Formats: sequence, C-alpha cells, structure tokens
Amino acid sequence: MKKIELGRAGTAVLLLTAALVSVPASAEMDLAGNWNVREYQDWQERGAGPEVVDYLGLPLNAEGRAKALAYTASVLSMPERQCLYYTPFYRLLGPIGFVMWADFDMTGKVVAWNVGAGGDVGGLKIWMDGRPHPSPNAPHVFNGFTTGVWEGDMLTTYTTHIKAGYLRRNGAPISDQAILTQHFMRHGNALTLSAHLDDPIYLTEPDVLSRTWILGSVANIAAPQFAAPCTPSVEVPRLEGAGVVPHILPGKNPFVNELTEMYHIPQEAVMGGAETMYPEYRKKLKAGYVAPEKCVRYCCGWQGGAESGNNAPGLECVTNGGGGNVRPRN
Amino acid sequence: MSVLGTRGVLTNMTSHAAKYKTSLSWATVAVFLCLPGVAHSQGRGGAAAPAAAQEIAPIDLTGYWVSIVNEDWRWRMVTPAKGDYASVPINAEAKRIADLWDPAKDEAAGEQCRSYGAPAIMRVPGRLHITWQDPNTLKVETDAGEQIRLLHFGKGTPAGGAATWQGDSVATWERGSGGPVMPVAGNAPRYGDLKVITKHIRPGYLRKNGVPYSANTTLTEYWDLNKERNGEQWIEVTTLVDDPTYLQVEWATSLHFKKEPDGSKWDPAPCSARW
Repeated sequence: MKKIELGRAGTAVLLLTAALVSVPASAEMDLAGNWNVREYQDWQERGAGPEVVDYLGLPLNAEGRAKALAYTASVLSMPERQCLYYTPFYRLLGPIGFVMWADFDMTGKVVAWNVGAGGDVGGLKIWMDGRPHPSPNAPHVFNGFTTGVWEGDMLTTYTTHIKAGYLRRNGAPISDQAILTQHFMRHGNALTLSAHLDDPIYLTEPDVLSRTWILGSVANIAAPQFAAPCTPSVEVPRLEGAGVVPHILPGKNPFVNELTEMYHIPQEAVMGGAETMYPEYRKKLKAGYVAPEKCVRYCCGWQGGAESGNNAPGLECVTNGGGGNVRPRN
Repeated sequence: MSVLGTRGVLTNMTSHAAKYKTSLSWATVAVFLCLPGVAHSQGRGGAAAPAAAQEIAPIDLTGYWVSIVNEDWRWRMVTPAKGDYASVPINAEAKRIADLWDPAKDEAAGEQCRSYGAPAIMRVPGRLHITWQDPNTLKVETDAGEQIRLLHFGKGTPAGGAATWQGDSVATWERGSGGPVMPVAGNAPRYGDLKVITKHIRPGYLRKNGVPYSANTTLTEYWDLNKERNGEQWIEVTTLVDDPTYLQVEWATSLHFKKEPDGSKWDPAPCSARW
C-alpha cells in the first residue's frame, strides 16, 4: 500500500476539513471586563424605584398579586428580610454595572465565569465544567446555583436554588421555586443580558427582561459601600425582637389608586397580569385613556455614559419625584 | 505578526506559523469551496458567486413575532404626558423641540408616522412578520403603523433618494466576535446573529410624545435568537441609536419578541399621531 505524504499544509487541510464538517460553528466569547450600566430604559424603576403599586407588564397570578399588595418597604427594617431583593435577577432591576472574569484550570480550560458583586447583589459563579445542579432538597441561597453552556457566541446560564425574593423593586414576589435562564450576548462593546424568570408559584408566564451594558475602564457599580453582597444589620431597633412583620392587610393597600391618579392608567392594568404584556391590551386602554396634561415627576433622566452619576445633565427639567400629587407615605 | 484569536485575545503568530500562511490559505480556500453550502454558490465556468444571505443564514428569523411589553410600559403602551422624556438621553435642543410637540399639527401635515421610524418602530407594541423578499433581502413588516423594513445583504443596498421612515438598511450575518458567518456542512448547527446598520432615515420621534431624532441618526441593531427550555423562541434586538444632533450619548436599549405559531393575531393598524 502506497504511503501518502501529507505534509504540514496537507495535515492542516484535513484538520480544517474535519473541524468545519463535524463541529458546530460555535466559539466562546471573551466576556471579561467592566460592564457599565446604561439606564436608558426603565430609568425610574432602576434608579429611584418604581411606584409603590405598579405591576404593569408583570405576568402575576392572583397569589403573586395578593402577596405584592401585602408588601410594605418597612419589612426591610427586619435584618432577616433586608437582603431578599438580591437574587441574580436584581442585576436587571437595579442601577448596577458589574465585572466579569473567567476561572481557568491548569490546561487553560474555563471552569467558571464570574459576575462580580455590586449594588448589594452578590457575585455569581457560573459553572462551565458540566457539574450537575444540587438535589432539589439542597439549601437555597440568594444567588442560587448556576451552570452555563455556550450556544455559539451566546453564553446561556441556568440558575436554580435561589431564595424567595422580588421581581420588581416594590415587592412583586419571586418564589424559591423560580428558575432563571439568562443569555449573555456580546456585540463589540455592548453586552446584552436577557433574563427569563419562570416561577410556577407566582407567575403565569415567564417574566422576561433584557438590558444592555457597555464595556468601560471601570464598572460603575454604585457607591463602594454597596459594591459588596448585602449584609443585614439592625437599622430600626423598634422591630428587633418585637415579633412584628410589617405588612398591609388584604384590601387595605392605600396606594392602589396612585398610578391611576398620577398617570391615568386604569387600575386593572396597574394590577398586572400576563394580558398587560401583549400589544392587544392597548385596545382595552384606548377607549378610556387620556394622557396627563403635562409631566410633573421624573420627567428627564438616565444614568450611564460620559455623565454617569448625573441625571439629565444640562437640562432644565424635573428629574426627581417631587411635583407629583403623591400621598404622604409611612 | 498579530492575529485575533477566537476568544478575542491578541496572540503572536510565530515565524514558523507564518511560513505556512500562504499554503494554508490556499488549502483553506480549497476546503471551503468543497463544503456543501458553498458548492451551491458556484456559477458557470467555476466563477464563484457569493452565497445568498438566505442560504447561509445562521438563524431563522422568519415568522410572526409579538413584542412583549414589560419594560418602559408607561411610555410604550400608552402615550405619555407631554414633557415626559425619562430614560432618553436627550440634549437641551431636543427638549426644546419636544416641548413644542403638537399631534394636531403632525396630523395636518400628514406626518402621523413620525413615531414609527426605524429608530422607534421596534419599541412600538405590535407584531412583526419576517420573510425573505428575495435571497438577499429580509423583509420585516409591522402591524402597528403598517411599516416595512427591508434589510439588504451584500450588494443589495438601495439607491439614494428622499429619506424614508425606515431608511436604508445594510444587513450582515456575523459572529458576536465580529467575524463573518462561515458556511457549515449539512445539518450541523449554525450560530451567529444579524447586524443591521440603518441610515438615511426621515426625521421623526423616538417616543410618541415628540422626542425627536434627526436626519443624522445612525441606527445599529443586533438581532439574536434565543431558544428556551420550554420550547419558546425569542428574538432579542439590541439597538444603538446614535444621533449627534439630539442625543447626549448613544442610546442603548434592548427589546424582545416571542415567536407565534401563525399570523392569526396579526392586526394591521395605520400610524397614529396620538395613540
């Protein structure tokens, strides 16, 4: 049998052929760097915070809505509840950037991707080595347990075992049975994170949020004192050991009409539900909606970019919550 | 010599490797042309014609898609109050113009579609119907405002003329790393995203209540396809609006659309200056 001399170029051809024919056209992206927050959508919600009762566009079921209406921010006075906001979903809710880096083994293979802590939310470890998720009976922690896989250029992650928390910064709930799928999509200096939160306890459909961060020299992760995982402490002594869990009784929430009064949004929509996420819901709104005559609160503002830290630089505009017809709050 | 590695890390090509660069390049071409997806692109007499965009599409964006509105709800699902510009990084001149917003004037001037231009249309609640108009033109129709976007691949860029609401869009399939999409054999999985750059856009509004964009606007979009564990398919569109006339910084946002089984919920409605 005649021996075939391939030579180096020939070998390269064969290797390339094998690679192109048998391997999916996928490639891992370098996600390492400082990703700066850009509050160019939902600025009020991510910065100052949403209105007290605003479930617009949230696919809450009746139980989720009832739990949300029972919420009062006073529960944050309780050390054991102070950190409940900070599941991995909070990265999309809050005003925070983050740092990403990879852990390698001695062969150079990525074992895990890390998303750094910031804005009270803890760091997220994304295991890339194929390890299984813990038993369903394993303890739940704020960040849960996360594994990742590359789908072409997209890093898709899967988080289980989170603690019960919130999916909007006004008490709309997440249960500890929720599962979070996230897609990290990098395009040049832009990183878009799409998060699908599936909660069989409080949602009828997944809640999907997407945000975009921009690569920078530093990640503007808010003030340094907030750049670490939430650490509970006693801030209001009156609740310590008093056996009181601040709450609002069913049917007694004094803020249910606030959005309707300020923005003329029907209360039915304010209560949320999957129906409010779909374009056809506008038909229900159209008949009775009249826009407010003028904007009186949070009229201008964003965060991120060259003027990071300022709201609406150079503009004469209302950039805060003053000026609105808001009831006194407890 | 430096090359960009697959992980975006600059590495040095050794002289040893460089020595084989020429022969390897020819070898690469030879292998590339033998792949099934490329073989179809051969013209008569062996002249290579570029593969059609439809043929090498790494993701299938065709079908009916619905926008899920759970972000900026108050500014998208209803017309916000005059003067409500939250989240948009406008400058003082943009605010001055927006403060003069008068929908009655727009209606009288036949300009009801000002808030349906390319920089705004993807934020308008509604449905998309995406089809291939020809092998190098992806057609995106919207039921809200009855707009048509034509995303032209390759040399199929349109001629000049008056600026239009949807402008002139040049599309490319790309890898997130910025490289081109390579043909793959048979039924092997394909990966990549759609990049679209749109210019020559008729000036209009970023938001229904008169927040302006100018004729100098460049819209850059990245369209990704996500497949979820529950079987759903979602398009994620990252949009970067660059308008040196009216924006202080590039406006970066993202939007998502869920695939629907058919067009039964397609509901065309003309542009409205007020709703």
